[in-house]
Amino acid sequence: MRLERRETVPLALVATAPLAAILCALLLAAGLIGAAGVNPLAAYGEMLRGAFGSRLSLTEMFTRATPLILTGLAAAVAFRARLWNIGGEGQFFMGALVTAWIGHSLGLPGPIGMAVLLVCGMAAGALLLAGPAYLRLHFGVDEVVTTLLLNFIVILFVGLMIEGPLRDPLAFGWPQSVPVDSAYRFADLVPRTRLHMGLLVALAAAGIVWLILTRTVFGVETRAAGLNAKAAAFAGISLPRTIMGVALLSGALAGLAGAVEVMGVTGGVTTTMSPGFGYAGIVVAMLAALHPAGVVVAAVFVATVFVGADAMSRATGVPSFIADVIVALSLLTMLVALLFTTYRVRR
Amino acid sequence: MTPVLELSNITKRFGALTANEDVSLQLGQGEILALLGENGAGKTTLMNILFGHYEADEGTVRVFGEDLPAGKPRAAIAAGVGMVHQHFTLAGNLTVLENVMLGSERLTRFGSDTSAARSKLMGISDRFGLPVKPDVKVSKLSVGERQRVEILKALYRDARVLILDEPTAVLARPEAERLFETLRGMTKDGLSLIFISHKLHEVMAASDRVAVLRGGKMVAERKTRDTSPAELAELMVGRKVERPKREAHSIGAPVLVGSGITVEQEGAFVLDDVSFTVHAGEILGIVGVSGNGQGALGALLSGLAHPTAGSLTLGNTDIGHFGPRDLIEAGVARVPEDRHSEGAVGEMSVWENAVLERLRSDAFSNLGFVRKQAAQEHARDLIGRFDVRGATPETRIRLLSGGNMQKLILGRSLSTGPKFLLANQPTRGLDEGAIAAVHQELLAARSEGAAILLISEELEEAVQLSDRIQAIVKGRLSQPVTADEADARRLGLMMAGVWDTEDAA
Repeated sequence: MRLERRETVPLALVATAPLAAILCALLLAAGLIGAAGVNPLAAYGEMLRGAFGSRLSLTEMFTRATPLILTGLAAAVAFRARLWNIGGEGQFFMGALVTAWIGHSLGLPGPIGMAVLLVCGMAAGALLLAGPAYLRLHFGVDEVVTTLLLNFIVILFVGLMIEGPLRDPLAFGWPQSVPVDSAYRFADLVPRTRLHMGLLVALAAAGIVWLILTRTVFGVETRAAGLNAKAAAFAGISLPRTIMGVALLSGALAGLAGAVEVMGVTGGVTTTMSPGFGYAGIVVAMLAALHPAGVVVAAVFVATVFVGADAMSRATGVPSFIADVIVALSLLTMLVALLFTTYRVRR
Repeated sequence: MTPVLELSNITKRFGALTANEDVSLQLGQGEILALLGENGAGKTTLMNILFGHYEADEGTVRVFGEDLPAGKPRAAIAAGVGMVHQHFTLAGNLTVLENVMLGSERLTRFGSDTSAARSKLMGISDRFGLPVKPDVKVSKLSVGERQRVEILKALYRDARVLILDEPTAVLARPEAERLFETLRGMTKDGLSLIFISHKLHEVMAASDRVAVLRGGKMVAERKTRDTSPAELAELMVGRKVERPKREAHSIGAPVLVGSGITVEQEGAFVLDDVSFTVHAGEILGIVGVSGNGQGALGALLSGLAHPTAGSLTLGNTDIGHFGPRDLIEAGVARVPEDRHSEGAVGEMSVWENAVLERLRSDAFSNLGFVRKQAAQEHARDLIGRFDVRGATPETRIRLLSGGNMQKLILGRSLSTGPKFLLANQPTRGLDEGAIAAVHQELLAARSEGAAILLISEELEEAVQLSDRIQAIVKGRLSQPVTADEADARRLGLMMAGVWDTEDAA
């Protein structure tokens, strides 16, 4: 048996690969659910109901999908240029922290203040990734290591800040940062639910990223540099500039996710506000085959698993950790599926 | 005499494409058969069927009178067929001996019988005149030596029929000649050989018999002594091909002048005090054995390397410190040495590749947005003007054949009406038809007054195209000679680095 590279990849295959991957992941997880003594079909039924069954569950699912769209975009943009940004989690927290800090006492009128805050969150994320990008460009330091390790540093830093200078005195001793001024909170998208206007920001971001990647000189150059750095250099494309541009864009998107989450859901920052949005963004990007439109769909899937697993856990007693298992498995199965879209198996 | 190898009525389809159609072929004991054909004629597919990598849809393979089961390389090896692939399949971090033993040891035995293997290998090495050092790591060997290891590997498995896929693709001319001498000697020891090639001169020099494949079909078989390169070329391409001839014409003013240029990389001189002048309407050929500084000269003229001493001027502008963008802006066009790794981004479309160098110009972008319509129009124009076959603006460029990809790259460079064109190995790996087309375009650009610097390792090509020729040896350039003065002896001496003494002699 050997692998042979496909000359052309049929579109149908590209579209079905993520579906097949998700199906395989669900089948594999079914084994674990079965081992926990629950009928997997019943469990998945509960999961679906938990994410789509009512107005409340549906809005919860989209609330969860909002930051995932943004962190997914962050990973997709970076991976396309072969910048392995594993630091989405850290950039998310940095964006969140800076937004809460500035937004607590920013004396600007509502809409302008909100715009300023979003930009601040983006800048925080962008700057955080600029460091590893600089180290890679000038000293050849592997960004997988630096971005991954920065996640832990940032979360500890957030812990330091919310126990110390940014501690919310009204939080009854809970380690939580001061909240953003209520003037800068996103309005509800659906009344009396947690779903906020931030979803529209995320969707707009997906559209803008798509436009940047396909229609701008920067996007085409980035893609060229990612696919064949030598040919790109020969054509006069500056690789350091491209990589740095990608790093700023990717970091900004992850930082934006943090800002949106704070302004839309939590108000203040806690170290537990993210169930791994940054890491899950990597899965979202891979399931989407790094395509911005795909990111939106993949984010909905991952959000369904996260939100649905809680409901499933309540109904059947299967630990909700199964959500992490399913998401992680779907990354692995997607990697295998990608292999089969680029190669065919020959006897 | 019974044939040692017999392919009968082989047909192989890949989806809609028929790679081999009803091909029959015989190989006699002690014979050297050349399998000749253009890129994509089905040569490699046929040999992969013979060796069991592919399974034929129809037809049979017989080795020494026995039917070979389809699709089983191990059966082919057991029957005495050995294959030397174009891209070597050696492990660089293992020694020669380990590489040779790899795959032919029994899995069930503990440890390995190195001493027996060593004596067998050395025996084969002596018998066939293929000297090797068994304990050297393969990564330390030259390309020619690695190929020798590949051949030894096949012989170690008791191959009596050897298939060599484009054995000279990676070799310099003298190495190639030595290889064919060795192969000739091996046939005296009872081996039978098939080698795949698209180079006419080596087929004429080294084979007993030639089989010509075209479009997957066997179109002719000739005894080598009864045929001629011209006939073979016509059989291979299917029509008469002639490389265009350079017409004498008057040459203009100097366009690109390099004087006393030195390029240092990591403390070593890769170009050492080189001087050259290219005039309008002139082709200056740079000949030399590969690895003598052609890469650095190419990088210098592509804007990827810069002189540490000396000057490079285009007209009145010093362009020594220009990067690719500025060079293109100034009227320099470049055809890179390796079209796959430098010339094109394989996974991107033809139109994106067509404008990649000039994305930031007003013609193809506006306020940072790509003008896709204009770019696609430009690509369509190039496809038409330069006869790029099998391409639309949306085709991924990886799917084009080498010749068509090269025509597009050449077209992309020439469409701007450049003052100076660097053509670095423009026909490497191309088949006869594509070579003629590339030569045609270079000569047309010359007639229109472009100054062209041609770097070539094919002497024949350099002599055919160039008005003047300089040799590059160890990073230094000889004085130029005109095409009329450039006979084989003189060029040979120049390429050996003998030019300082020429005047004295």
